[in-house]
Amino acid sequence: MTTMTDPPGQGFRLSQLIYDTRYRSLTIQVVAMIVLMLLFSWLVSNTIHNLETLGKDFDFGFLTQPSGYDINQRLIEYDSQSTHGRAAVVGILNTLLVALLGCALATVLGVIAGVLRLSNNWLVSRLMAVYVEGFRNVPLLLWIVLIFALMTEGTPAPSAFRGDTPSSSMLFDAVAITNRGVYIPAVHFASPFFANGALNWLLVLVVLGVSIFAIQRLRHWATEKQEATGDRPTTWYLILGLLILPTGLLMLLMGAFLDLPSLQGFNFGGGIHLRNSLIALWLALSLYTGAFIAEIVRGGILAVSKGQTEAAYALGIRPGTTMNLVILPQALRVIIPPLISQYLNLTKNSSLAIAVGYMDVRSTLGGITINQTGRELEGMLLLGLFYLVLSLLISGVMNVYNASVKLKER
Amino acid sequence: MSDTHAQTVPFVRDTMVEEQEPPLSQSGAYKWTRENLFSTPLNIILTVVSLFVIWLVLSHTLPWAVLGIWDADSLAQCREIRDEIYGPDASVACWAVIAERWNQLLFGFYPPELYWRPVLAFVLFLAAIAPVLFASVPRKALWFSAAAPFVLYWLLWGGSLWGPIAVGAGFALGAVVMRFATPALGALAGVLLAILVPLLYWFTLCAPLAGALNAVIPLELVDVRSNDMGGFMLAMIIGISGIALSLPLGIVLALGRQSDLFIINKCSVIFIEVIRGVPLIVWLFTASLLLNYFLPPGTNFDLMLRVIIMVTLFSSAYIAEVVRGGLAALPKGQYEAADALGLDYWKSMRLIILPQALKISIPGIVNTFIGLFKDTTLVVFIGLLDPIGLSNAIRASTDWNGIYWELFVFIGLCFFIFCFSMGRYSLFLEKKLRREHR
Repeated sequence: MTTMTDPPGQGFRLSQLIYDTRYRSLTIQVVAMIVLMLLFSWLVSNTIHNLETLGKDFDFGFLTQPSGYDINQRLIEYDSQSTHGRAAVVGILNTLLVALLGCALATVLGVIAGVLRLSNNWLVSRLMAVYVEGFRNVPLLLWIVLIFALMTEGTPAPSAFRGDTPSSSMLFDAVAITNRGVYIPAVHFASPFFANGALNWLLVLVVLGVSIFAIQRLRHWATEKQEATGDRPTTWYLILGLLILPTGLLMLLMGAFLDLPSLQGFNFGGGIHLRNSLIALWLALSLYTGAFIAEIVRGGILAVSKGQTEAAYALGIRPGTTMNLVILPQALRVIIPPLISQYLNLTKNSSLAIAVGYMDVRSTLGGITINQTGRELEGMLLLGLFYLVLSLLISGVMNVYNASVKLKER
Repeated sequence: MSDTHAQTVPFVRDTMVEEQEPPLSQSGAYKWTRENLFSTPLNIILTVVSLFVIWLVLSHTLPWAVLGIWDADSLAQCREIRDEIYGPDASVACWAVIAERWNQLLFGFYPPELYWRPVLAFVLFLAAIAPVLFASVPRKALWFSAAAPFVLYWLLWGGSLWGPIAVGAGFALGAVVMRFATPALGALAGVLLAILVPLLYWFTLCAPLAGALNAVIPLELVDVRSNDMGGFMLAMIIGISGIALSLPLGIVLALGRQSDLFIINKCSVIFIEVIRGVPLIVWLFTASLLLNYFLPPGTNFDLMLRVIIMVTLFSSAYIAEVVRGGLAALPKGQYEAADALGLDYWKSMRLIILPQALKISIPGIVNTFIGLFKDTTLVVFIGLLDPIGLSNAIRASTDWNGIYWELFVFIGLCFFIFCFSMGRYSLFLEKKLRREHR
């Protein structure tokens, strides 16, 4: 007698592909793959066929042809003889500019509103609730066109600044808010080190970066000393000096001076001219996203339980230090991931620039370039790729950050 | 000792002292004001600043809005009336534009004699959505909710009632096949048949059947083209169709992203990331510019339908991420318990996992819906007339050239009411479904 442990030897039956859980997942995947491939090839063959009928080809050569249109808001050299590719880069830089400005202001507004909404002052918290609900429940597009209308209709014309008794005056004699845009002072160098203006600013930024790095080292040194001896050396004057002196010295050496805007003819000249389109888009994006960030900040602070604060006070830690060392690190862990996703939303929402005529990448590459060259397919593909790469980059950074701050569970 | 006590105390009160009012500083408005507005120096400053801000805003907007002129034919006439009553320097609203053009803002260029149709459709929609939203409405009413999309389509676009009925019959057919084929042929074959039979029916029998029925009993309404629809009606149509279609699609995508099947998983991930990585406006332009490239030559379908499809795909990717969060937040024990009970994948999802995961993700889902509804304004860029597009059209007429704020306030208020009530409903639902810490 032998006991039979193996199941009776059977050949592979076709029905096992459906009924046997070992093979079924494979079957489903293969079928799904085939269906997807068929769908994809159908789309591609349609596209090829349609392109042939229209007499078009799939070619990115248009990027090197002269664009023939002008862009009024630009960060790099560009004129109508430049290529479509360069126009796209101008657009990309404009998108990044408004996104960066927007993220900065939205964070400031959001943090202030979020903290104030938790205030025990009834009036202030209600006011912040009105701000948050008002901006969250009305379309962003409406806010953009509304603020743009406010900038163009509600501000004085440059001529209002003229005459002996002008009806409008400049703020601090330096900033002029007109219906043609906002004029702010510019910093120029009398004896620049480089002929190219951008390089000078780059140098300033590098020096500033080095100073900040030095400050970090100084703080680190102070912390180590505190841990070793128990006394924290006074460093605030060193930090202040490091922050101001090197950069200030460099600017002095290069002969920095303020170029104030002033009335010249029918318009303002000098200074930096911020167009209404940029200001309206920037303010609307910041106010709108700020309302969302306020809710995130509020949620993050509420997520840290009160026991943490009480425990820190029981240990004799001062309120400021408690905030820095106990509350914020825990709240930030909750706040940062949705915050970054809001930055992402803001960047994508900046494509609404079309409503006010701000020349972002959608308006240059995805707008005028497509209209002039008739290359919808290539243009939209590049545009989509730009946004996709940007999003994936930002979410990649977010994942790295998340991994570094998340609770280390053992 | 007790008896000595009675002698040492000369007086014992044998009646209760009447209740006294609490001190003034400890009660009523005074206490509330002191605690909530003036408790610390910082609070005093904040209160004063807030009062100043409120005064600043109200002093500019309140007289403007309240004194507004409701009866005029054009902006110029509005200004004449203002000069007469308040003098030329006064700043007052000209609500006459709303009084004259409200129908355009609400219905677009829908034929005015047919306004009863969208209004009736809206009432029916409210009736159909009630059993979905509130458990206290009788469950039988859900049958009406299921039939409502076809009736609403008929009311809005017109044409023969038999068309939507014939299409709806396809779904019923699928349900019947599912009901009878599953016990006979097994689950997988039943599902496949329930998908294939309606598809065959729609492609072959559906149109002739509707035509024949219409020939026998004509039930027709005047046709209205999509181009004539606009304003809030358009926003509602796109928003509600998008919401209704994107939730199931989003749940399927979320399940796909959580799935162990490699290919399904990767496809879902790619779909979700690509859709989420690109702004909606780019997708809308794709729908209006590029869709003709991807479809067989000669295909040309309604721009509104294209927009609805794009908006649905877009928000389904966001919903998928929200639902995935809910799925990930469930303790692993729930999945294991479902397996231990011997439930298969779909049963365990339907009975155990999804009810809990969806409950967790309600706030996120509703936020996505609110975002979708607000995003319907973007269709203005591809030539559909949403409220903002109509406000531009109104401003383009010579009568109302230069009018901004009144239109913006009206549009903003309408959106606010709709979105805010969605948000409140989400809070209500969260509270109702909360099982712990009650």
